[in-house]
Amino acid sequence: MMPNRILICGGTGCISSHSRPVMDRLEKELQQANLDQEYQIIFTGCQGFCEQGPIIIVEKDSTFYCRVDPDQVPAIVQDHLKAGRPVEELLYTNPDTGITARTRDEVVFFQKQKRLVLHNCGLIDPENIDEYIARGGYKALEKALAADPLQIIEMIKKSGLRGRGGGGFPAGIKWETARNAAGKHKYVVCNADEGDPGAFMDRSIMEGDPHAVLEGMLIAGFAIGAQEGYIYIRAEYPLAVRRLLAAIRQAEEKGFIGDKILGSGFGFRIRVKQGAGAFVCGEETALIESIQGNRGMPRPRPPFPAIKGVWDMPTNVNNVETLANIPVILGMGAGEYAKIGTQQSKGTKIFALTGKINNTGLAEVPMGITLREIIYDIGGGIKDGKKFKAVQIGGPSGGCIPAEHLDVAIDYDSLISLGAMMGSGGLVVMDEETCMVDVARFFLTFTRTESCGKCTPCREGTKRLLEILERIVEGKGEKRDLETLERLGRNIIDSSLCGLGQSAPNPILSTLRYFRSEYELHIEQKVCPAGVCKALKHYRVIPEKCKACGLCKQECPVGAITGEKKAPHVIDPAKCAKCGECVKKCPFEAIVHG
Amino acid sequence: MERITVTINGNQYQALKGSTILKAAEANNIHIPTMCYEEGLSIPGCCRMCVVEVKGARKLLAACTTPVTEGMEIQTESDRVVEARKDILRLYLASHDLRCLTCERNGDCRLQDYCYRYKVEDTPYRGEQKKYPVDISNPFFFRDYSKCIMCGKCVRVCAEINGAYVYDFMEKGFDSKVTSAFDDPNQETACTFCGMCVQVCPVAALVEKSVMWAGRPWEMQKVKTTCPYCGVGCQLKLKVKDGRIIGVAKDKSGSNLGHLCVKGQFGWEYVHSPDRLTRPLLRKNGKLEPVSWEDAYNHIARRLSSIRDQYGGQALAGLSSAKCTNEENYLFQKFMRTLIHTNNVDHCARL
Ligand SMILES: Cc1cc2nc3c(=O)[nH]c(=O)nc-3n(C[C@H](O)[C@H](O)[C@H](O)COP(=O)(O)O)c2cc1C
Ligand code: SF4
Ligand code: SF4
Ligand code: SF4
Repeated sequence: MMPNRILICGGTGCISSHSRPVMDRLEKELQQANLDQEYQIIFTGCQGFCEQGPIIIVEKDSTFYCRVDPDQVPAIVQDHLKAGRPVEELLYTNPDTGITARTRDEVVFFQKQKRLVLHNCGLIDPENIDEYIARGGYKALEKALAADPLQIIEMIKKSGLRGRGGGGFPAGIKWETARNAAGKHKYVVCNADEGDPGAFMDRSIMEGDPHAVLEGMLIAGFAIGAQEGYIYIRAEYPLAVRRLLAAIRQAEEKGFIGDKILGSGFGFRIRVKQGAGAFVCGEETALIESIQGNRGMPRPRPPFPAIKGVWDMPTNVNNVETLANIPVILGMGAGEYAKIGTQQSKGTKIFALTGKINNTGLAEVPMGITLREIIYDIGGGIKDGKKFKAVQIGGPSGGCIPAEHLDVAIDYDSLISLGAMMGSGGLVVMDEETCMVDVARFFLTFTRTESCGKCTPCREGTKRLLEILERIVEGKGEKRDLETLERLGRNIIDSSLCGLGQSAPNPILSTLRYFRSEYELHIEQKVCPAGVCKALKHYRVIPEKCKACGLCKQECPVGAITGEKKAPHVIDPAKCAKCGECVKKCPFEAIVHG
Repeated sequence: MERITVTINGNQYQALKGSTILKAAEANNIHIPTMCYEEGLSIPGCCRMCVVEVKGARKLLAACTTPVTEGMEIQTESDRVVEARKDILRLYLASHDLRCLTCERNGDCRLQDYCYRYKVEDTPYRGEQKKYPVDISNPFFFRDYSKCIMCGKCVRVCAEINGAYVYDFMEKGFDSKVTSAFDDPNQETACTFCGMCVQVCPVAALVEKSVMWAGRPWEMQKVKTTCPYCGVGCQLKLKVKDGRIIGVAKDKSGSNLGHLCVKGQFGWEYVHSPDRLTRPLLRKNGKLEPVSWEDAYNHIARRLSSIRDQYGGQALAGLSSAKCTNEENYLFQKFMRTLIHTNNVDHCARL
């Protein structure tokens, strides 16, 4: 008899909320209870519900436990596994409705999702190829090898799959170009650099279902006529690297990778190349330079990688998520796949929900879903009951979308028309306490540091944009700054060499589009309405409220507060370090800032 | 070669299929500004000065890297293009050590020329400026990166033509700079001091020491000549002021395509050396005395003939020079064998 499985999430999120100790404890408890033959522990990839980690699923009755502490493990073993009574306190309760979910399917976070690419994530042991095969893995490869490569390309074209790495370029057309390009050697590159701050969908796929990526690469290789594949992965993903390497080894042993794969004439090898942490190396031509051992600087296009890529040979570069879609498409058929999504954007997209949202985590949703559904239904709304202000989509190349557009059906094209971008699917939710100028400054700090320095507009321009923003948040902004930001921003977009420069000003332009008055307040009245920009904060004591208790005076680390007994205290603005400690300390809410 | 039709600034032109927009425009006397483009080197498309507007393209395209296609409609000086170029120039100026008054490239500077062309008088961008110490370590040229515009031509000419790979970029973004490995002074690198980097630099980041304070570019005459050192016969232009050589500029008409080695580039000092022989001397009574060329040749012919007649050709040997051409060396051995009757003939084989 197959033992019952207990799934413990081993995604990076749950590991950092200590799922390993939970697993160790469970192992021990099962042994002590003599249940270790009956139950098997599986350390899975990411479930996506990172906010609620560590997560455990007891497979026999689908019980979904969250926020499990090692000390609660004995209860699971004794009450649930032995006595058949699920541990109520570990079940997920929706804070809005108060309804408790017993299984994963009852959790709202999962209900609105459509987990196609992530269908294995969290449900299999990523380090065991048999689990992948048991759930239909490598069937798509078998199907592909029995077909003609051109048929496969037609199928991908028909599916409407567009690149998930940011640009949204139709995958089938890219494959066709690489197939038709002349070259005695061809390559498939899997772009696993995932550099957008806050993005972790690719990592989760690789950690949770590495074979799906390999299978996608193999099919791509077969379709375009390549012999070799590279996975270019950032070195900051050690767990993903380990699981990929293990998966490659196992796939080689089973004959899915190597010469004459599954008895066909097709041979393919896959190598893993670790990046050194430059964001720009996610740009496909810089990535190719990096694979070749050069400094990661983009090359001009044309020629595109599909014509001249790695070692000047035709190279098909696809993102991890794009490739993981391939077995799905072959599995369900291009026609079925194309029914999901909008007119121009098919299938699903995985979003990384972060920021001031209740359910941070990963969610795979059909294209065409609204932002409201993602943020309020899946994401559970804004943290601490605060008001929604904007959502930043597309990472440093993206833009901020305000509340008035929450009901737009999102796909590649609608996001661009809103001044944002699908990007890799990072979704940062901001509440009323977020300063939009500061947000723009944050992203520009990133792009200014990550610009490779090759071309003039980006190298010099991002620096000047950032300097202007820094002056504005320091209260040194001038009226003409906004015009300068817009003009220089437009010119950088228009004239930069690669996508980094061509999108770096987006966070500024989109915040200027929707939150211009906030910039104007910073510049004209030297006020930060969200109360974020330190230099524009002025702490003062309201004399009528002050009871002269002296607590603030004791707390102030720089001695900026003076005051005698029975006399209202005073803050010296010249000395004040704006740390805000006094505000927290005052029992009478007598200290305010503005 | 197949020809296609393109429209540039409203006029139709024929262009070679496969050529870039830059070349097609240039062939028709339409001048697109460039900082990083250099004939004969690989094309990085990094300065973005040459961006043009192409109908149907979302962004501006670099003329140096974009191939022309049939029916392409190109604007090389539209408002949008000029706006972008102006901002690039303003960005350059914002971190340039702008001391044009005494700059050796004043009047012969791409940055100045383009600022003039696009009426960029100043920059609105105030902020951090890149400042680096000047590398004066080698005897031949300065490296003053506070004036570098990062076109990367020096990097490419050194790697692609000389093969010395002295330069590369370091750091990222605004902090990036062109330099040698470990930021070492040139004197401590594999630099062969061919000076090709100095020749391609569009501004005053790399300047020969010999021209420092020696004259303004417009005061110099450029005299085309042949390098006297070896038989290759590289073409070059001497920069001459008041009858004295102060430097060497490139000349692209010869087989060397403007490239030189350290000797041609920097080894001209001997021209003005007081120790130089300027006319034939003949030793008479133990003292060297000036004589005419005719007397000198007669003396040589007489002595060579008499030694050969008295002792035989084996008593003589000839050594020729690498400064001579192959033809001259051929004639020399012919002369030794047929007239002097000896096979004792050799060549120094180096300079
Ligand atoms: C600055 C920059 C960073 C990028 N980073 C990534 C990345 O981390 N991962 C990725 O898949 N694509 C990234 N891209 C997009 C790639 O250049 C390329 O378009 C993509 O990998 C193609 O795959 P796709 O068609 O499957 O999306 C980046 C692009 C730019 C301009
Ligand atoms: S746009 Fe920025 S990142 Fe891209 S090549 Fe230019 S400097 Fe490098
Ligand atoms: S290099 Fe050109 S712009 Fe720079 S200081 Fe010299 S003359 Fe002026
Ligand atoms: S030193 Fe001169 S040639 Fe080299 S990158 Fe700088 S400006 Fe260009």
